[in-house]
Amino acid sequence: MRRVVITGAGTINPLGDDVATTFAALREGRCGISQLEIRDVDRLSIQIGGQIKGYAEADHFNRQQLALYDRFTQFALLSARQAIAQSGLTFSGELADQSGVVLGTSGGGLTTQDENYRAVYEEGKNRVHPFIVPRLMNNAAASHVSIEWNLRGPTFTVATACASSNHAMGQAFNMVRSGMSKVMITGGSEAMLCFGGIKAWEGLRVMSKDACRPFSATRNGMVQGEGAAVYVFEDYEHAKARGAEILCEVAGFAMSSDASDIVTPSKQGAARAIAGAVRDAKIPVDSVGYINAHGTGTAANDKTECAAVADVFGHHADRLMISSTKSMHGHLIGGTGAVELLACVMALRDGVIAPTIGYQEADPECALDVVPNEARDADVDVVLSNAFAFGGLNAVIALRKYS
Amino acid sequence: MSIKEQVITIIADQAMVDPTDVKMDHTLADLGIDSLGLVESIFAIEESFDITVPFNANDPSESDFDISSVAAIISAVEKLKQEQSK
Repeated sequence: MRRVVITGAGTINPLGDDVATTFAALREGRCGISQLEIRDVDRLSIQIGGQIKGYAEADHFNRQQLALYDRFTQFALLSARQAIAQSGLTFSGELADQSGVVLGTSGGGLTTQDENYRAVYEEGKNRVHPFIVPRLMNNAAASHVSIEWNLRGPTFTVATACASSNHAMGQAFNMVRSGMSKVMITGGSEAMLCFGGIKAWEGLRVMSKDACRPFSATRNGMVQGEGAAVYVFEDYEHAKARGAEILCEVAGFAMSSDASDIVTPSKQGAARAIAGAVRDAKIPVDSVGYINAHGTGTAANDKTECAAVADVFGHHADRLMISSTKSMHGHLIGGTGAVELLACVMALRDGVIAPTIGYQEADPECALDVVPNEARDADVDVVLSNAFAFGGLNAVIALRKYS
Repeated sequence: MSIKEQVITIIADQAMVDPTDVKMDHTLADLGIDSLGLVESIFAIEESFDITVPFNANDPSESDFDISSVAAIISAVEKLKQEQSK
């Protein structure tokens, strides 16, 4: 088994258009959730989201590229560009053949679908642009990353709703760990903040109209967000040999299925994934200093997640910190685990734990240290990132400080 | 059909029981309707009566729409219809 390290990170999300800006926002506890600016917003009962404001696609891509790049692909490419630049890697020859891309997304090119269904159904058009299929397909982002950087090894997309990114990064981790790949570009991307994308979520009646307040007794639901984060997962020996800067180590990963309900979360399923990641990392359970929670701000998730953490960690649950950064960037659905891993990297690299903002009132069913409202300085060696998806699919990643 | 009969039909459909087996003091849980079934029932009520039901699954007790029993749901729907006709 090979050790796996992260040698590059990139992002665009509601908190910032690169890693440094995002870290600053996480430290400050800045909220990236605001009034949505999208077509037909007046017909939505949910009108807030973690939308990336001030983004102009033409600033980043030319006309031919935009004909092929849905917003979720654009976010993935911008993030990958930063991550790969930071890693210093170029891909040719044998390394290109041994390197690939695994990205998570849930909606894929949902905005493209939304716009074109509108064109044919509402506007009665009988013709759509020739590239709608390659633009909307879920693997478009992974393929374009592969094309842009000549990554010729295993490349695919993982779609497991809100756990997509964690499942994707777990695959990338195991592919490098097993020696199957030298380098994997991995993470996730989502751009669902279009009329149809929000209307569908409204139907479930789990969305908040005003804010995402995870773990707070006053929480009243989730808020959607959009964006991406992408990482370079690299074989440790390979990174060391070329003198790369190592951000942290990927220590463990586990996944589980509740096998019970299509939307209601299960404590047992979550606990098995958390315990599995700790076991896979071969670390003592009390070495975990911080957990980036799934923390959606729904009644069901937050109390179930806290119960699962209490079960796995016992007394240590009262000593570790657990926060939900969804309070700031919203729920990026298939991209959420990737953006949330940034908070884990920040905890290990900078010794700063991102807060759970919007926290108003303690909930006895969420009686853990949720780092309310203000970031905290803390020296942690091992951190976890939780993702628990609709469909009962759970995926947890463990990162370790590199020294 | 009266509002009462229509609501009972919707609830009976969701519970997969005969409408005559739905009693006014039944809770949705008594009828085996879970949280997803509840959200579906509310959707069916909105579609049937052309109303918007204020309901957030995160905190049903805080919502303006009383779902504590079949009778409560019927009177909540009647109230919403009345407000609509004003």
